[in-house]
This record gives sequence, C-alpha cells and structure tokens, in this order.
Amino acid sequence: MRVAGIDLPGRLWIGTGGLTSTSLVGEIVEAARPGLVTVSVRRTSDTERGGLLDMLRALGVRILPNTAGCLSAREAVLTAQLAREALETDWVKLEVIGDETSLMPDAVELLDAAETLVRQGFTVLPYTSADPVLARRLVDVGCAAVMPLGSPIGTGRGLDDPRAIEAVRAAVAVPVVLDAGIGTASDAALAMELGCDAVLAATAITRADRPAQMAAALRAAVGAGEMARRAGRIPRLTTARASSPMAGRVGT
Amino acid sequence: MNIKVNGTPRVVEEEATLHSLVPSARGVAVALNGAVVPAAAWHETRLSENDAVEVVTAHQGG
Repeated sequence: MRVAGIDLPGRLWIGTGGLTSTSLVGEIVEAARPGLVTVSVRRTSDTERGGLLDMLRALGVRILPNTAGCLSAREAVLTAQLAREALETDWVKLEVIGDETSLMPDAVELLDAAETLVRQGFTVLPYTSADPVLARRLVDVGCAAVMPLGSPIGTGRGLDDPRAIEAVRAAVAVPVVLDAGIGTASDAALAMELGCDAVLAATAITRADRPAQMAAALRAAVGAGEMARRAGRIPRLTTARASSPMAGRVGT
Repeated sequence: MNIKVNGTPRVVEEEATLHSLVPSARGVAVALNGAVVPAAAWHETRLSENDAVEVVTAHQGG
C-alpha cells in the first residue's frame, strides 16, 4: 500500500504501546512484518542511547511517532516538531484527545493541529472519530490518510460501529487505517472487509498472552480480510436461496 | 542560575548552553521555552534564568 507516495511493506501496522519488555519487539516485528511501527515521544533523562529506537532502526522498520496524550493543538504541534527532530521523519500520527478518561479525539483541536502541521510540511495521519464528515475535513486540509477508531483506545472491543467505518471509507480517497479497539484477529479481518487499507494494533498484540503469536494471527487476518474484500462478497439476503439445483431431485 | 529541565528545577553554570545539558543528539530532541531548537544550534544556545527545557526521545506508544 502507498501513503503519501511511499510504498509500505505491510497492511498491519503495529504500536509499541503496552510492551512489557522491549526485548519482545524483535519477535513481534518478525511475526507481524508491519507496514510501520508507532512510538510515542516522551521526556527522557537518559541521553545516552534510545533503546527502543535503536532496536527499531536495527530491524529496518519505518517509525511513525505519535502525539498520544496531547490535549490541545499547541501541545500536539510541539510534540510533532520534537518527533521530527528526534526521529528524522516528517510523518506523524496526530492524536489530540479531549480528555484522559474517554481518550476520544477532540475534533476541533485535531483539525486545527492537522492544518498547522500540513502547512509546516508534515505528512499527517490523524487518529479520528469514525465520522465521515470529519474525515473529509481532515483530508481537505491535506492529511495523507485517516485513522478512524474502531472502539475506544485499549478497550479491545473491535468495531463498535462497522457502518461508521464503511461511511468513512466511502467519504475519502486517501488510505483509511483502522486504529484503536482491535482485540483479536476477526476484528482486523472485518476492518479490511469493510474497505480499510490497513489496521493498526498495539495492545491487542503487546498485552496478549503470546504477543508474537497474536501478531502473526493479526497479519493473517488482515491478509484474509483484504483478499475477501477483493473477492467480492455475496449480498446479505433476508430469505433463503437454495444452492443445490431443484431439477433432478429423486422422487419427483 | 536556575532553570527547569523536563519540569524539574536544576541549577546550571552561568555560561551553560543547551549542548552542556544535552551532549548527544542521537534520537533526542530539545525544546527551549516551547520552541524546538535544532541540534546544530545547541552549542551556541546560551541558557537564561528560568528557562524551561524539554528533552525527549522515542518511547513505547500506540
């Protein structure tokens, strides 16, 4: 898949949030073969070596910094600017949340931050509510993709409202990446069947009993969902329709 | 003189620069009073009383 003219090697994107140990990163990346890997940007007192960053660079994966935890456009813009400086990438997963309880995006601040960052030359991938109108507004200000949430961050409930995801898909021409709420493989497959271009999973993998195994399962599910989407599913009917021929039955 | 580094009070020498605070730029970025300072400018960026410095790096996140 392509985002902002760049070919990404996979449709499963992974987040490093919730890792119990950075030593797990290698086996998770190997199992997921992700299109990219997200990180947050946080204060550090250790300016010696960035352990996680070094590990990801050694694995050769594309790194996507996020602005997780930012509550205003101002904070998110500064965090993105720091990320660009620290990680040498102008890509950013833009998150501006409204409060720390719901972790739901603040649409007004998000749109404001997106517009500012696009103007500053960033490739902006916004984490957004599953709202086709907002998605279109984000694309109008120059976002390279939209990342609607399936259900609130960390809930693992899957897609609360599949029709809203379909509506976002129909509303924009840029890549749609299902973000937040993935709990297991079937959630990822459903997102792809609905027309998403990629799926981002973090804690679904990192907090699973066997993270690398879940990464492999999600990768397979993303592939299966995409293949099914391209195959063209049969319509849902309200009444039965026989698949065996009626002609030639015995006793007629 | 008194400054804040990542929200924590710190005493530094009068002639201190950002470089004396953050010697290596590898994987690290710095903001001074809310504005990013590129690593190339750390040597010449003198600190002043009550400056607020943020030093960040990549951390785990989704």
